[in-house]
Amino acid sequence: MKKILTGNEAIARGAYEAGCQVAAAYPGTPSTEILENMASYKEIYSQWSVNEKVALEVAGGAAIAGARALCAMKHVGLNVAADPLFTLAYTGINGGLVVVTADDPGLHSSQNEQDNRYYALHAKIPMLEPSDSQECLDYIKYAFQLSEDFDIPVLFRVTTRVCHSKSLVTLGQRQDVRVKEYKKDVKKYCMIPGFAKFRHPVLEKKLKKLRELSNESPLNQIIWGDRKIGIITSGISYQHAREVMGDNASYLKIGLSYPLPDKLIREFAQRVEKLYVVEENDPYIENFVKSLGLDCIGKDAFPICGELNPEIVQRVLVPEKEQKTYCVDVQVPARPPVLCAGCPHRGIFYALKKYKDAVVTGDIGCYSLGILPPLSVTDTLICMGAGISAGIGFEKAFLQGDKDTKVFGVIGDSTFFHSGITSLIDAVYNNSKLAIIILDNRTTAMTGHQENPGTGKTLDGDISPVIDIKEIVRAVGVKPENILVVDPYDLVQTQEAVDKAYEAVEPFVIIAKRPCALLKEVQKQRAKLKCAINQEKCTKCKVCLRLGCPAIAFKEGVMTIDETACNGCTLCMQVCRFGAIERMSK
Amino acid sequence: MTRSLILAGVGGQGTILASNILAQGLINQGYDVKMSEIHGMAQRGGSVNTQIRFGKKVYSPMIASGEADLILAFEKVEAVRYLNYLKPGGTLIVNDYEIYSTTVLTGQEKYPTDVLDKLKDTIENLFVIPAAKIAKDLGNIKAQNMVLLGAAVKALGIVVDTNWQDVIMAYLPERYHNVNIRAFKEGIEAV
Ligand SMILES: Cc1ncc(C[n+]2csc(CCOP(=O)(O)OP(=O)(O)O)c2C)c(N)n1
Repeated sequence: MKKILTGNEAIARGAYEAGCQVAAAYPGTPSTEILENMASYKEIYSQWSVNEKVALEVAGGAAIAGARALCAMKHVGLNVAADPLFTLAYTGINGGLVVVTADDPGLHSSQNEQDNRYYALHAKIPMLEPSDSQECLDYIKYAFQLSEDFDIPVLFRVTTRVCHSKSLVTLGQRQDVRVKEYKKDVKKYCMIPGFAKFRHPVLEKKLKKLRELSNESPLNQIIWGDRKIGIITSGISYQHAREVMGDNASYLKIGLSYPLPDKLIREFAQRVEKLYVVEENDPYIENFVKSLGLDCIGKDAFPICGELNPEIVQRVLVPEKEQKTYCVDVQVPARPPVLCAGCPHRGIFYALKKYKDAVVTGDIGCYSLGILPPLSVTDTLICMGAGISAGIGFEKAFLQGDKDTKVFGVIGDSTFFHSGITSLIDAVYNNSKLAIIILDNRTTAMTGHQENPGTGKTLDGDISPVIDIKEIVRAVGVKPENILVVDPYDLVQTQEAVDKAYEAVEPFVIIAKRPCALLKEVQKQRAKLKCAINQEKCTKCKVCLRLGCPAIAFKEGVMTIDETACNGCTLCMQVCRFGAIERMSK
Repeated sequence: MTRSLILAGVGGQGTILASNILAQGLINQGYDVKMSEIHGMAQRGGSVNTQIRFGKKVYSPMIASGEADLILAFEKVEAVRYLNYLKPGGTLIVNDYEIYSTTVLTGQEKYPTDVLDKLKDTIENLFVIPAAKIAKDLGNIKAQNMVLLGAAVKALGIVVDTNWQDVIMAYLPERYHNVNIRAFKEGIEAV
């Protein structure tokens, strides 16, 4: 049967067909839907882990125990999971272990565009790169086999355009795989120095064999066309190149991209006139080709920054082809993403705005939007967890410079569980007077509403204990009088809490608790709650616009509230000094 | 020959659902289909677009500028934002509908007033469709995406090649079937 699937759906399907038994992940665009889809196959035990390191340790443990296991994450997630990855390369596995890294060339929804192909090289594990959904399915099956054949974790590298584009896939049956027997073997699985030093040469031996395999693997293939131009390429770049050049070029399509196939590359290079390497981001393949002493055109012609597309490939390979299109003289307004109407994060940022002298170290989640106008509150965004820890650094640096600038650290609930707890302990331990605001909207909103340890539900929707953020904060040692739980829809209460935090000289935590406005239950509950402008009282002072609520507009000389978007959070009503905004129940 | 389409709109307008239905309809006709979309911040009121390519064998899921046979714009300025993809002689369908971005709402930028006039002066194959109004009159403004889908299907000349009604029904809960199918039919009439 043929079905149109995204790359992520096809990866989940491939894992199902490969007999995968355990899967763990932490959400992150563009990888999130892999585990969401795995959860639909009841034969696989799937879970959201608290972060990527934990997820890989869960999957790695499962693999050593004998299960076929998969772990998925976005590219920056692999930085978090790098620690177990490098040592799992030494221990090897028992059941197959596949680690999916979803890179984001073009930074569609990421803080950087790091090229994770280097992780395969660095951790010394084989890497596969599919170029469409069918290959996602086929390669995953191959990956599990490869992992077991070589007793090694396999890195499965995809990119946004592979994850989120859809193409036709032929589905197969689930392979009947049993959980293998586990035998205790401390010399293999306990990496104390005395044992680990013997595992390193074992790994090097495996790599040598993998190098040979790479030259013979069906995943690395030559597609002959016109031999004037030869293109070495992998992943989505292959599809762009083939689209542009068709039969007017020959291709060495690389699917097993670590170790790279040296002999095959030499053979291909010899038989074409002009050699190009078409790859996204870093010159990973190009550097290898050049290290073989071969001449090729790569990043001299193609950009390192941003994603590739057929147009860029065409401009380099067929520069004579002219592109004609239309153009009209209209100034197109930007459409930056904004906090939704009724977003519970808005109240906190509005309250923080009062302290123009304070520094706010931010973190990643929907609340990242507190950076942009009209809120413009946040000073830094680096990585998950840094909302708290970078704040500690700011505060200590200011102290060293004899400044008592107040520092606020802002972090979401899912991010707090991911890597904020350790940072909070650091703040308490080191007597920081950072004021921490935990934005508990009861979900992982940014990536599309995944459950997390605070929501009381697992990936499967099963009931699980609600892990109470306030109890954690208390247990870590923040004094009870320095912990405030507020409703961010109540601006008076919220402002009071922020004022108190501003004055505090000890670690202070505000937990802003209010579920995300887009959660289905919340939308249902609030469907009839609206605010409206009383035009007779409105003086058009535009103070309400400073909230940056997309439901409020100044159109044709009048203030309006879009009632389809409004959820009656009443923030605008609370900031209006003329009583011109009224609550209605429709 | 591979044909290329772009559906452009604002998060929340139902562009992705319309794209899924369109793609499935094309698959039912035996085409190889590839489709590319960007998730992520889309829900938060950002500009969203889906690219669909279909033909005998499709490689890249992405469209180069000047290569789109059809652009289906769910919002007026979004039509202009993606206009550089339109092939000379290609078709542009625009929903006569405005969604102000925050930059406009807060007065940092102005929403242009002459979008349709300028488009009319430039694009030969232009259809301006009051999809939001049609859908609202049918009882659910959210069905504007089906009005636009109907228009696109008509413009592509593939109305009779697929049982579109079945595809639409397969993608929507039963209680929405009636209004969406009526919206789809009105879209066909509008071109
Ligand atoms: C290491 C890492 N993993 C995953 C992500 C993707 N990501 C960004 S924010 C976020 C979760 C945000 O959830 P939360 O902190 O609850 O904030 P919300 O979006 O709900 O406001 C995720 C998963 C990332 N940027 N970095």
